[in-house]
Formats: sequence, structure tokens, C-alpha cells
Amino acid sequence: MLNRTPFYDIHEQAGAKLIDFGGWEMPVQYAGIKQEHHAVRNGVGMFDVSHMGEFYVSGDQALDLIQLVTINDASTLTPGKAQYSAMCYKDGGIVDDLLVYMLGKDEYILVVNASNIQKDFDWIKHQNSFEATLENLSDDTCLLAIQGPRSVETLQKLTDTDLSGITFYTFETGSLAGFADVTISATGYTGEKGFELYFNKGRVDAEAMWNAIMEAGQEFDIQPCGLGARDTLRLEMGFALYGNDITKDTNPLEARMGWLTKLNKPNFIGQEALKKAKEDGIKRKLMGLMIDDRRAIPRSGYPIVNENDTEIGHITSGTRSITLDKNIAMGYLPIEKAEVGTKVHIQVRNRTAGAEVVKPPFLEKK
Amino acid sequence: MSNPTNLKYTREHEWIKDNGDGTATIGVTDFAQSELGDIVFVELEEPGFTFEKDEEFGTIEAVKTVSELYAPVSGEIVAINEQLEEEPELVNDDPYGDGWMITIELADASELDELMSADEYDQITA
Repeated sequence: MLNRTPFYDIHEQAGAKLIDFGGWEMPVQYAGIKQEHHAVRNGVGMFDVSHMGEFYVSGDQALDLIQLVTINDASTLTPGKAQYSAMCYKDGGIVDDLLVYMLGKDEYILVVNASNIQKDFDWIKHQNSFEATLENLSDDTCLLAIQGPRSVETLQKLTDTDLSGITFYTFETGSLAGFADVTISATGYTGEKGFELYFNKGRVDAEAMWNAIMEAGQEFDIQPCGLGARDTLRLEMGFALYGNDITKDTNPLEARMGWLTKLNKPNFIGQEALKKAKEDGIKRKLMGLMIDDRRAIPRSGYPIVNENDTEIGHITSGTRSITLDKNIAMGYLPIEKAEVGTKVHIQVRNRTAGAEVVKPPFLEKK
Repeated sequence: MSNPTNLKYTREHEWIKDNGDGTATIGVTDFAQSELGDIVFVELEEPGFTFEKDEEFGTIEAVKTVSELYAPVSGEIVAINEQLEEEPELVNDDPYGDGWMITIELADASELDELMSADEYDQITA
């Protein structure tokens, strides 16, 4: 039996098409991916992402544990700030990418991918030789993402917390839609202005929360959005998806996550391997591809080939970009082919299409 | 949307309409378009292409998935819906009308008898 979020009945009533996503029965689309995608780019959309995992790390050495397992420098966080990070294995391969929230001194929340919850929890627990307590709050935590240029106006109707004061990658805890203890975080996976709301399912009536937000967003034509639009939106921004673009067989340096890999912070798992990989020079790089053939829609796994039709890599994520109406993809390219402007080809079933190497995002950052 | 009773259906969720003059028109069902989601591209073989029953005659690309089109009967393509090149969303909007895909010259009209009626098709998609 698949896991369900507290919003399952709402999704069904809204006519969502539900799919199995990493063991969760989740909406892939409601009215249609295009309509949902445009709502987030131009108005506002709401995603149920309650399947994601939340771990509470506390105690005198909570920071030490987090520093050991993550590659970004969590010691730079202050209460109310969030940080994008990743966990690596000893060989530098990626365990998962995650968000680290600092609630207060010795109190943190780690937010991980749904399909990795058990793996990540076991991994961190295994590294915990510290005075730190690790608690899995995933089953009790709801997460709604409200994303798009009208997200501020939508949510401001429901809270006294000044949302314009919550800057990117910071958060506040306040009441929203009449429910106390809602964590309002200015984060997201769409490239648009937006918020992610965390709340406890025992203390908040999830359906009432959903309905209040839908009502507040009605004047902006708010759309419930599924995982399909979430994927097209993140791909236009070049955000990596664990399992596709980053895996245990890729390291953060080649995945263009060097900016968050703090090689010089105190000891962390994967540090030696990553330092060596950097010294030796990385051999391949995750880059964007702009496909010049409308008929060739790239999909994960399709080969990237050179002028001699020799396979030099494969596509890790691809789609027809709904905003640009062009075919876009990401994939690892050998370093000599990874330069922006390089021409390569991709094989889409029975045809070969030209592609140009670009540096994501495919859309201008806002 | 209910499935029109004047059409025949396949397990691959295609419909075929006997035009009564030796030709037939083929498209995908409302169920198929709804399962695929927003269709962004339809690739079809050209007029003149001949195929046996069950052979592939095209591909539908939706945002998230790609699906092959299989010939419900044998024949030769005499016309394709060229509007789909510019407006693939017609398949979503009007699968039994403006979203038609190809018209074929039937090789063996009796093959139509083997296909499902609207009632039978309703049962497999219910």
C-alpha cells in the first residue's frame, strides 16, 4: 500500500491524476501540466510536497553532526536561516541533497527527498557518535509549497507575519489561516518567488489549511499543481533532481554544486575524495542542452553523441520547456565537450538532433 | 466525455472510424489523451506509408511521457492531420474530432470487425 499525505482526499476531489512517486501516491497533475506551470510563472500555484522528509537534530553537538554529514558550512547559519546542502559518501558520491534549517541554538531541521527518507535517516544515525539527538518527524509534518509572483499577496491575507520581511532562504514561525506554529520559509524549487509552509498534521487541520490558501489565491486564479509541473519548473531553472541528475555515482563538483561544497571547512564525509577530485581536475560536468529540433523531445537516458555518433554521455533530465517552448535537457558531458557553445547531438529514438551546450538556468533568474 | 458509438476501439486506446468508402480515420481516445496529459508533439508517418495491423505509425509526446501509436488495422496512409504539427493540443481538446491523426485506405475492411465497440471499450476503461 502506498503512503498518502493528509491531502489525499483533496487531490482526489480536485480530479488529480495520482501516480506512485517513490512509494507515495502523489498528484502528477490536476488541470494539466501546462496550465499549472504557467500559473506558477505568472500567478500562483500550490504544491503538496508533504511526502518530503524532515529530521529534527538537537543537542549540544547537533551542529557537529550536521557539519560531519553535510558538505556546505552549517556553522555560518544563524537562527531563522536556511541553507541548501548535500550529503556525500566517503568516495564523494551524493547521498542526497537537502535543506538545513537553523531553528535556534542546537536545534536544526534537515529536509530531505521523499524517496531517500529511510536511507538518509539510517545514514545520519550511523554517523552520530555525538551528543546529538536525531528524530524523524516526516510522518507528522505537512509541507505545502506556494509559488509564483502572486504568492506573497495570497498568503499575506492569512497571516500577520510580514511576509515581505522574509527574505530568500530565511524563515519565520507564525500563525497562518488561524493555525499557530506554521513555519513560513522563503524557499522553493521553481525559480519563482514563493514560500514553503511546514506544519504538524496533528495540530493543524490540513484540509482547512489547503482550502484557506485556495480561497485566498482565488482572485489570482491559484492552481493546485502536481509533480509534473514541479519537474518542468525546476528543469527550466536547472535545479538538480536526486535520482536523475545527481546520484551516488556523481559528485557535487561535477554536478556544478561546487559553490556549496566547502572543501576547507572542518572534517566532513567525502572531503578527502572531493579534494582529490578537484586536484586531479573533474572529468565531466553536468550541463544544459538546448535542442535545436522541435521534434526531438529529450528524455532521461537518451544518449548524447559526438560528431562520429559515439556516445559521450546521456541525458539525466529532459522536457519540452513550457515557458520557452523549446526542448531542453541536462546531462553529464566530458569536460572537453562541456564548454558553453559546444555543439553535440542527442539521439531521440530513431532520430539524431543537434544540441548546444548551455549553462543552466534556461530561464533568466528573477 | 463518452466514447462515440459509431467508432471502433482498440486496447491501445485508439479509435477508428469506417468512412464507408474504403477509407478509415484513426485517432486516440479521450481516455488516452487524459492519461497522457498535455500533448506537445505528434509525429506521424507520411501519406503513402503502408503498414500491417499492429505496426507503429507514429509517436505522441506528452510533457511527461512518450507513447507509440499502433495501427489498429492494415492499410496505407492517404492523409495526415497536418494541423497537429502546429496545434498538438487539439488531441487533448477534441480527440474524436479536430484531434484525428490519419486517414488510411483499408487493406482488409473485415479487420474492423475484430475491434471493440464503444460498449466494450467503456468496460476496459471504467
